[in-house]
Amino acid sequence: MADVVMRIWRGDSEGGEFQDFPTQVSEGEVVLDVVHRIQAEDAPDLACRWNCKAGKCGSCSAEINGLPHLMCMTRMDTLPTEEPVVIAPMKTFPIIRDLVTDVSFNYEMARRLPPFAPKDPGPDGTYRMQQIDVERGQEFRKCIECFMCQDICHVIRDHEENKEHYAGPRLFIRYMELESHPLDTNDRRELLREEMGLGYCNITKCCTEVCPEHIKITDNAIIPLKERVVDASYDPVAWLGRKILRRTKKTATEAANHRTDPKPVKASQ
Amino acid sequence: MAEYEQIDLDVVVIGAGGAGLRAAIEAKQRGLRTAIVCKSLLGKAHTVMAEGGAAAAMGNVWSEDNWKVHFRDTIRGGKMLGNWRMAQLHAQESPDRIHELEAWGALFDRTKDGRIHQRDFGGHRYARLAHVGDRTGLELIRTLQQRAVALDIDVFMETKILRLLKNPSGEVSGAVGYHRPTGKMVVFTAKAFVLATGGIGRSWKYSTNSWESTGDGHALALWAGADIIDMECMQFHPTGMVWPLSVRGLLVTEGVRGDGGILRNSEGQRFMFNYIPEVFAAETADNEAEADRWYEDHINNRRPPELLPRDEVARSINAEVKAGRGGPHGGVYLDIASRRSSEFIQRQLPSMYHQFKELAGVDITKEAMEVGPTCHYIMGGIRVEPDTAASTIPGLFAAGEVAGGLHGANRLGGNSLSDLLVFGRRAGMGASDYADSRTSGTTVDSTEIERIIDEARAPLAREGGENPYDLQRDLQETMQNLVGIIRTGTELTQALSEIDALKERVPNLSVNGGIAYNPGWNLATDLPAMLSVCTMVTMGAIERKESRGGHTRDDYPKSDPAFGKINFVQRLNGSGECVVSPEPLPEMPDELKALLEEGAH
Ligand SMILES: Cc1cc2nc3c(=O)[nH]c(=O)nc-3n(C[C@H](O)[C@H](O)[C@H](O)COP(=O)(O)OP(=O)(O)OC[C@H]3O[C@@H](n4cnc5c(N)ncnc54)[C@H](O)[C@@H]3O)c2cc1C
Ligand code: SF4
Ligand code: SF4
Ligand code: FES
Repeated sequence: MADVVMRIWRGDSEGGEFQDFPTQVSEGEVVLDVVHRIQAEDAPDLACRWNCKAGKCGSCSAEINGLPHLMCMTRMDTLPTEEPVVIAPMKTFPIIRDLVTDVSFNYEMARRLPPFAPKDPGPDGTYRMQQIDVERGQEFRKCIECFMCQDICHVIRDHEENKEHYAGPRLFIRYMELESHPLDTNDRRELLREEMGLGYCNITKCCTEVCPEHIKITDNAIIPLKERVVDASYDPVAWLGRKILRRTKKTATEAANHRTDPKPVKASQ
Repeated sequence: MAEYEQIDLDVVVIGAGGAGLRAAIEAKQRGLRTAIVCKSLLGKAHTVMAEGGAAAAMGNVWSEDNWKVHFRDTIRGGKMLGNWRMAQLHAQESPDRIHELEAWGALFDRTKDGRIHQRDFGGHRYARLAHVGDRTGLELIRTLQQRAVALDIDVFMETKILRLLKNPSGEVSGAVGYHRPTGKMVVFTAKAFVLATGGIGRSWKYSTNSWESTGDGHALALWAGADIIDMECMQFHPTGMVWPLSVRGLLVTEGVRGDGGILRNSEGQRFMFNYIPEVFAAETADNEAEADRWYEDHINNRRPPELLPRDEVARSINAEVKAGRGGPHGGVYLDIASRRSSEFIQRQLPSMYHQFKELAGVDITKEAMEVGPTCHYIMGGIRVEPDTAASTIPGLFAAGEVAGGLHGANRLGGNSLSDLLVFGRRAGMGASDYADSRTSGTTVDSTEIERIIDEARAPLAREGGENPYDLQRDLQETMQNLVGIIRTGTELTQALSEIDALKERVPNLSVNGGIAYNPGWNLATDLPAMLSVCTMVTMGAIERKESRGGHTRDDYPKSDPAFGKINFVQRLNGSGECVVSPEPLPEMPDELKALLEEGAH
């Protein structure tokens, strides 16, 4: 058991201040454990979000010693304990109370995204897709919506006024996911450029660094999106052609260094 | 006078896990004014945590698979207590529900010929779980969430429902709750309500469940007069993390065993071979060589005993540890490191790899994991009419973990996610049809609303009372120690009196701070449901004087065929007390009975 001071921000939209909670930490504990103990023993009204306690739901995002982290995946033994551990709510979103912020901006931006529009299924009513073609999209679908990339992105962190026309890295990967989806038919490139502020991103890669799912937000989503959006030709036929061509190319290179399928051989294959 | 906002709709779905989202999508697609209410943010419900996959007999990996085999596995895995019609609908409709997710954007892992890949899981005859690595729940909830957004369904996030309300003729017509961020009260009125509130596991000390799983829906339905069945049937998942203490109870997916992991005790023995029950002997390998061959060839070999249904595996682990053959932290060893390549493990089980590495400092590609049983899933729940998901009171429907019947006395892994889709949709249909044909009004009693609001707010006004966290901790101790994986009559009776004593502490709860986003107060409003639900679990467990599935009685270690023909039904009597009555299971038609007898193929 080590002694540590947890310095937690308390307050609401009207204002607030940091409050110190001296506490003890036992082996293996994460920040969320300590916050929960403070809640149970000292401050039952201390507001924070959590659900899974295993890095799967993206609820418990907060700024720990100045950087966004999941509280449930940050082990106390990785933090210096000589100094207080400072826990603050995400800065980019309006405060509700204590560590809880109003993240509705992200849900709003998700609503503004033109939905998935699949092509028709095969004759048996189902779709065929190759593993290699779904893998790019799967990388983006690992997103747990912790919104820490949105929090760290300076375009909206320091400029509230940009929110109206900036989807942010979380949504950029969603656009790229659909862009690379083998079944999708919607073209969202014009919207991305005109209304979703893709041009504001200057590829600082801060979003990639904080992503708990290690999604390569900039390299695999934002940069390719930028390339496609600046592409002068909006001819849908050419776009579709490139979409397919690109995949074939990727398949070839990826196939070269792709590991052999480890799954046991099954009867029906 | 308590102030509240009133919102009127056609269908209100309480819960935004897989079941609630699927129900709302159905109702909205049918043109009804539909809203979803949930306690957390959208996309954070328990469903997001599901790992292994969703069971559906698509036959993509083993063409021998079909709904009949899935039906048989589900009923047998449920120790014959499951509702036959639900099991039939579930087995028949799951493949369509999975395919539909693809049309809404889901990206499942693929087979070589480009179809949805399926993985092996306990109790399933064939590899049957559609999955995305080991984050299938995330894929499922995100797909449904995005579909719900595309359909522009209203979602009231971080809003908790406290009570259901009826109109003067006894139809469910309203729900009272509050918005957590502001503490403001709200009343929803609608022609039909769907409960999709998930599980009850929060009342146990070591559990895979989140703070949301307080059994609200089970309690809301009971209080409104509905029948609740099989509450004694609680599933303890065999493999939870045991160390460090702070993560004790966290789930280790069955996918680890499905993909080749095995269990050993501290003596290095692969002990599951010693625990193969008679009923599964014909389909379970009795030696390591055969068990290992099975992964490659399901047809000529029998399955490894590690993949017996969960209740069997959990009990066996428990027995090994009791016999002194456990590890240093009271678990046994789950080993995939020595059996599969590091590459394979990281690809098939990425989130397990991550979870152990980050939280326990264990590299599962190099070392065994120490694991033990953890409270996981409630098979019991609201009694529903299988085809429509209607509860026993008009205007109320239920789907997902909160509904009872499908899984009998033990749920097979992967059958929950498909359950959510199949019966979520059916609940949406049932509620829509009901709402469409309903002619009566949805007038609710304002004095009752005020009484509910006053009662909910009382802990905020009270000073010097008890901290709700203390009450919760004591309840978790009681349930963990006395209503756990192995039960006895005396301990159950003791549990019942302890729960009664805990209930008496509720009127003395007090919380400081304001009404806006106050977790202490939120917990105070969860406790009445938790206590009611724990009472039901314990009462059911007392009555079922046998061992069956998730319910194991040390004083009645054998299954009793007579008990296998009845459900224990709980409901409120005239004076508002919960009573238990044994009622016969619906009789299975002969042609389905015949499927159960059929051999392994
Ligand atoms: C770690 C883990 C892994 C699992 N893995 C698998 C798997 O691989 N395969 C499988 O088939 N099953 C799995 N399960 C089981 C399965 O995930 C759950 O049974 C299932 O997700 C429950 O879904 P649901 O829709 O019924 O409810 P949930 O997803 O639990 O959602 C409940 C919803 O109800 C809301 N709610 C509750 N009470 C109220 C209230 N009073 N007012 C308003 N809203 C309320 C909540 O906010 C939430 O939105 C797993 C479970 C866990 C814990
Ligand atoms: S790379 Fe772009 S999106 Fe990411 S943080 Fe920097 S500016 Fe924001
Ligand atoms: S992309 Fe990564 S950082 Fe951003 S919301 Fe998703 S998981 Fe979080
Ligand atoms: S609680 Fe789910 S990510 Fe931290």
